[in-house]
Amino acid sequence: MVDTLIRLRDDAASTAPVVPFADLGEASNATAVRLSPGDDARALLPLLDRLELVEVAFPAYTDGRGYSSARALREHGYTGELRAVGDVLIDQISHYHRVGFDAFLPNQPITREAVDKAIHTWPEVYQRTVDGRQPIWALRHG
Amino acid sequence: MYQYDTHDQTMVDARVAEYSDQVARRLAGTLSEEQFRPLRLKNGLYLQLHAYMLRVAIPYGTLDSRQMRMLGDIADKYDRGYAHFTTRQNVQYNWIKLEDSPAILADLASVGMHAIQTSGNCIRNTTADHFAGAAADEIEDPRPYAELLRQWSTFHPEFDYLPRKFKVAIIGSETDRAAMKLHDIGIQVVKNEAGETGLRFYVGGGMGRTPMIAPVIRDFLPPLQMISYLEACLRVYNQHGRRDNKYKARIKILVHELGADEYRRQVEEEFAHVLTLGLEPPPAELARIKAQFADPGFDPAAPDAIDLSDPDFKLWVDQNVHAHKVPGYAIVTVSLKPTGGIPGDASADQIRLIADIGRDYSFDELRVSHAQNIVLPHVKKADLYAIWQRLDAAGLATPNLDLISDIIACPGLDYCSLANARSIPVAQKIATRFADIGRQHELGELKLKISGCINACGHHHAGHIGILGVDRKGLENYQLLFGGSEGADTSLGTIVGPGFTEDGVVDAIEKATDVYLAQREEGERFLDTYRRIGTAPFKEAIYG
Repeated sequence: MVDTLIRLRDDAASTAPVVPFADLGEASNATAVRLSPGDDARALLPLLDRLELVEVAFPAYTDGRGYSSARALREHGYTGELRAVGDVLIDQISHYHRVGFDAFLPNQPITREAVDKAIHTWPEVYQRTVDGRQPIWALRHG
Repeated sequence: MYQYDTHDQTMVDARVAEYSDQVARRLAGTLSEEQFRPLRLKNGLYLQLHAYMLRVAIPYGTLDSRQMRMLGDIADKYDRGYAHFTTRQNVQYNWIKLEDSPAILADLASVGMHAIQTSGNCIRNTTADHFAGAAADEIEDPRPYAELLRQWSTFHPEFDYLPRKFKVAIIGSETDRAAMKLHDIGIQVVKNEAGETGLRFYVGGGMGRTPMIAPVIRDFLPPLQMISYLEACLRVYNQHGRRDNKYKARIKILVHELGADEYRRQVEEEFAHVLTLGLEPPPAELARIKAQFADPGFDPAAPDAIDLSDPDFKLWVDQNVHAHKVPGYAIVTVSLKPTGGIPGDASADQIRLIADIGRDYSFDELRVSHAQNIVLPHVKKADLYAIWQRLDAAGLATPNLDLISDIIACPGLDYCSLANARSIPVAQKIATRFADIGRQHELGELKLKISGCINACGHHHAGHIGILGVDRKGLENYQLLFGGSEGADTSLGTIVGPGFTEDGVVDAIEKATDVYLAQREEGERFLDTYRRIGTAPFKEAIYG
């Protein structure tokens, strides 16, 4: 099997079993969880210190709920790995990165090189998100 | 008006580079049509019935003469010598070649224009009152907020794959000229009792197959929290809007199903969180944008009188010229609805002529109205006659603003792959039937709107008279609605009865106008009479 996981992090990948969000109540010590599009990411907020991997599933790239889930987790201080999994395409990588994803497990393999290029699609950005970039309004006004 | 700085230019240039690369990959065959489709749609390129259609954004409907001229030049260079102005203050070209599209975007970028987010399930081009900055009844020019919103929504990473498309309209007057309550979000600039400026948010309006008038979700928001509040509104929608059924995916369904109070509660909860994140541009940014929308150098000594001795000129002034906030000035609407023409279409030469008139007489500023006309917002009354003569010579002085022949129509089955019926020929037949301008004036304000399918791009729900084209057993059939309105008195039209053929619907409208003329009371418009006497007398005349 070809390993298609691309990580933009330096730490070692989690080896913990990934528990579906719905089963989290049963697995009170889980450190890796998978969110599906309908899951409310805010339910993870009390567990953020414990989690080292959150997978966000994209069954179809057109379902954008995972963008909000990811950004909300980062806004609330999650620093572990945030992995986009599924119908993850190169043309959406820069948006994924801007809302806090730092790992990708696409159905169709994409190269690390293409990911690095995609992240730099926009020389500047208009919004402040969770990627640390200064928005254009901040560049204008110092 | 707003001018791009190097940051704004960098963004559109980057987009042109990205898109050119995508088209090159498509033409070389390394991108399949299936892979390319979502990418071209992010740039407003649709594959229609006969060719590609390119939709170009005109943010909040404001543009200068250089930009308008470019729209004409593109029509000549890449299309068939004309362009179509839409109900969303955009412009569409109907005969585009894929291989030309990168060059068109580069031409647009050279004058600070683009086709970004003119399609797809994202935040679309923000529309605004087409009389903004000029209207006599304005509280504040809404366009600085619209520009702030344009920048925030451009390539917003969280909201590019919403459940469905998302449209925002913004106004700064008590009079709603932008159908604001029929948008996903409508924003109205208001003043509170202390005289402070605020924003009132209406969320969950829309047309389409389930028309709804938006409820007020926030009565008064400090302007410097607009972006944060929008983030909250959109995040709640992105997470909870329905994705199981395309026809129930707009935010109006979410607000309706949750109820306005529960939607508001969720937004307020998210808003409290967002306010801690520092997402709001600083006051200096709003001030920078506002400075660019400052009044042009109006002449305080401009004479206020107009010589109306030429009766044809008087007819046009009475119908197509509105009061301006500054004495000696006026707002001119250039009708793109000549009798028997295609509503919203203009030739390349006409577009360039309007650009020249805007440059020479309107401080280099033009507007596109959602009623598919062009506005010259700041014209000296003393120049009106000269302007009228130039427009008249080009077939652009039809004195029919807000009359029965000032029809809003979607492109319909002549162009659109979603349509069930043609819209344009119906509009042409109605305008021809009522060609006598004296008769039109006798009928007074009568807003007639035609959609070629249930998606309602022609705003038929909001027409005093609305027409909806449907497919009935393979034949085009037209349903008639009465009583819609989009202004301060927003209401949704109701279907009168069984549908008609193309000629039948024209006859039915004529009968309805006869009922109005016979029954109206002093000062009543068609809409007022209909509201007073109800459907029955109209039904009897049409079907009896």
